[in-house]
Amino acid sequence: MPKILMLVLALTAASASAHAASGPEITDFTLGNGLEVVVVPDHRAPVVTHMIWYKVGSADETPGKSGLAHFLEHLMFKGTEKNPGATFSQQVAAIGGQENAFTTSDYTGFFQRVPRDHLKAMMALEADRMTGLVLTDDVTRPELNVVLEEQNMRVANNPAGRLGEQMDAALYLNHPYGRPVIGWRQEIEKLNRDEALAFYRRFYSPNNAVVVVAGDVNPAEVKADAEATYGKVARRADNNPRQRPMEPVQEAPRTVTLADSRVEQPSVSRYYLAPSDTTAKPGEGEALDVLAHVLGSGANSRLYRTLVVDKGIALNAGAYYSSNEIDYAKLGVYASPKPGTSLRELEGGIDAVLADVIDHGITDGELDRAKNRLIADAVYAQDNQATLARWYGAALAIGETVDMVRTWPDRIRAVTPDAVQQAARTWLDRRQSVTGYLVKSLQPEEKHS
Amino acid sequence: MTANSLLRSAAIALVVLGASAAPAFATTIERVVSPGGIEAWLVREPAVPLIAVDFAFAGGAVQDPAGKAGTANLTASLLDDGAGDLDSKAFADRLERKAIELGFRADRDNVRGSLRTLSENRDEAFELLRLSLTAPRFDPSNVELNRAQILSSLRRASTSPGDIANKRWWETAFEGHPYGRPVDGTLESVPTITIADLRAYTHRVLARQNLKIAVVGDIDAETLKPLLDRVFGALPEKPDLTPIENAAPQGLGRRIVVKLDVPQAVVDFGGPGIARKDPDFMTAYVVNHILGGGAFSSRLYQEVREKRGLAYSVSDSLIWLDHAALFIGGTATRADRTGEALDLIEKEIHRLAEAGPTAAELAEAKNYLNSSFALNLDTSSKIAGLLVQLQLDDLGIDYISKRPAMIGAVTLDGARRVAKRLLDSGLLVTVVGKPEGIASTTAN
Repeated sequence: MPKILMLVLALTAASASAHAASGPEITDFTLGNGLEVVVVPDHRAPVVTHMIWYKVGSADETPGKSGLAHFLEHLMFKGTEKNPGATFSQQVAAIGGQENAFTTSDYTGFFQRVPRDHLKAMMALEADRMTGLVLTDDVTRPELNVVLEEQNMRVANNPAGRLGEQMDAALYLNHPYGRPVIGWRQEIEKLNRDEALAFYRRFYSPNNAVVVVAGDVNPAEVKADAEATYGKVARRADNNPRQRPMEPVQEAPRTVTLADSRVEQPSVSRYYLAPSDTTAKPGEGEALDVLAHVLGSGANSRLYRTLVVDKGIALNAGAYYSSNEIDYAKLGVYASPKPGTSLRELEGGIDAVLADVIDHGITDGELDRAKNRLIADAVYAQDNQATLARWYGAALAIGETVDMVRTWPDRIRAVTPDAVQQAARTWLDRRQSVTGYLVKSLQPEEKHS
Repeated sequence: MTANSLLRSAAIALVVLGASAAPAFATTIERVVSPGGIEAWLVREPAVPLIAVDFAFAGGAVQDPAGKAGTANLTASLLDDGAGDLDSKAFADRLERKAIELGFRADRDNVRGSLRTLSENRDEAFELLRLSLTAPRFDPSNVELNRAQILSSLRRASTSPGDIANKRWWETAFEGHPYGRPVDGTLESVPTITIADLRAYTHRVLARQNLKIAVVGDIDAETLKPLLDRVFGALPEKPDLTPIENAAPQGLGRRIVVKLDVPQAVVDFGGPGIARKDPDFMTAYVVNHILGGGAFSSRLYQEVREKRGLAYSVSDSLIWLDHAALFIGGTATRADRTGEALDLIEKEIHRLAEAGPTAAELAEAKNYLNSSFALNLDTSSKIAGLLVQLQLDDLGIDYISKRPAMIGAVTLDGARRVAKRLLDSGLLVTVVGKPEGIASTTAN
């Protein structure tokens, strides 16, 4: 259960010592039609990563139409009036480029990685499909089957994937984050072309998107190219207000158990409701980053060291904080038992580790180690322009600013042991959590609900 | 490493020209040879304060002792888990304090390692690498923990359709050959591996003569040379490797169905490939790209996914090992249309074997494979990985500059001939799930 993306880490002077390089100089501007553009220079190779992020995801779907944002993402490859059929993909292939797309609860992204001289052509194609999509049933129907096979692969065939869906649904009592991004299967099956086009017209508009260009480019040229391509696209929708039904006070810890005869390695995991990058108080998200790292990243983290090495009751254990969301984030912990250890005993071990951090906080040594690692991640990211593009895009797509990304290492440096302990006290609250058990069968000793 | 190579530090500028007119890019690969005779290929790139080191020792899982499949894998998992005076905890602590990333893994033919460090922590990183290679501890408690983790993952794999299909394919294709044994070992073999086996494996395989090293990032040749000697110099000169026979995949024409209660059937298919050193290799590479090489334009992607929606993914690739050459592909599709999907894949393979690609497909594929190469050279990690592979494949330090012309030289006649050679031998197919429309050729 790794972090989905190493979200919203950042890139400025990122090392404990004085001679580390500072991160790249970011350029950020907004076109007249409201499209925001971010340019991240990387001149080491003559290639460019071009991404567009639409500020719409599965949490913006109408109830009963789950999977629509993701289905539309697939359909965006079906051509426009001006560039029919697979013209876009063929042009990407013809220049040796790579392309793909992704959907989350809060955003939908499309990208190409191409030789730098083809950036403007990619912008023109992407600008064209922002409003020019043409869909027929002939292309829509097979694609729905593709999505159903994707659901089979990610979820139906995969017990851990099925448990994850059930846990999300249990964690959120009211918020649409409880729906799977790919959709509930019976709702995916009924999606159609007209619904996809209506969703497209409602959300795909320049004022509702962010373009990130990372690579061997000159910001002034990118700006001119963006004006000449994206700048010609008229607004056709209002900004997505993104006001979703919010959670009531959560009062009862939830548990879910998924039993499948194919489960050969049981596991226990827990999601805590936590503040996201856009809802956390100043310093709180950074304290949670450090907390998750100290609890569960690496062989010397609290959970791994205690449960796997010292007590010897687990084969694996860890924690994560995935904060790149608009309304809520998840603080997660997990462990897999050694043969002979019950999930109940293992869960008790997890709770003891968490209670210790809540009661006694973390050590200065743990704090330093976590900070070094988190800040170094920002330097490692500079080695990969696609990673940089994702960090900026993912942050801006949920309403953060370039500056918030840039100053993240400074904010990590400022985290105190007290802040970490306070974050643990506040957010490791069982009442706002769901615990999931993955088991082979609902035998009495494994039954937890 | 011969003595007369000691003085050479040849720098060869490699210019990669894509389809675009971009002229500026050059990656300079230096052949660095240390005073002690350790060779590494270096790309110096000071723009980002990082160093990436990748290396490989020839002799991976094929060197596992008889009945002890998984020895290389277990050894690799323990090399960075305590070394010298540092037990597992202390070693991990030293890595974490400086955010150094060190890891090892075994594949069929090699034990591979990878080091990533901020350049300011260079000396500490190389020291920890030295310890892991020359003084791994194999403390009993760590051995037992890693063994238990591997056994857990093997148990998990035993009910995973993708893992079953893959394991069944390899054990059928290479029955009786080391390639037929799972790299991770089996539930039966892993418990039998002793600490003495791990030490013996280390001494036999981790040597200088079968070692290839690539270094990329913020370090120059003069700084690197003494570090190479310090890290790798204490390893024995020669490995002690068991000779491995060349092999061709068996079971062609067979369809093996393994029943598993999952909604989506997983399919692996494949047959003999073409050796990396074969003059037809590059043509085969282009032909395979047209068949199912991963781009949205491939025939399998178009026929299976785009036109019919039978699968989310379908692709195949050429696999070149030290002692065998293969092409292997896979897909996953709903049970009631598995037969249809597999028939379609076989039909497309047959069609390409019989008629070859069209001129337009060939031109597109050649253009794609040349232009896309630059995308493999935009991060330190990708470059380091490529440089190790070029050395393992013995392709020469100037290969990158020669590659565009090699692809350019592929002709339509050649592609037709090689398509027939590559794709006309019949397929070994393994299917896991509840597929309809497929008869197993063996009872299961």
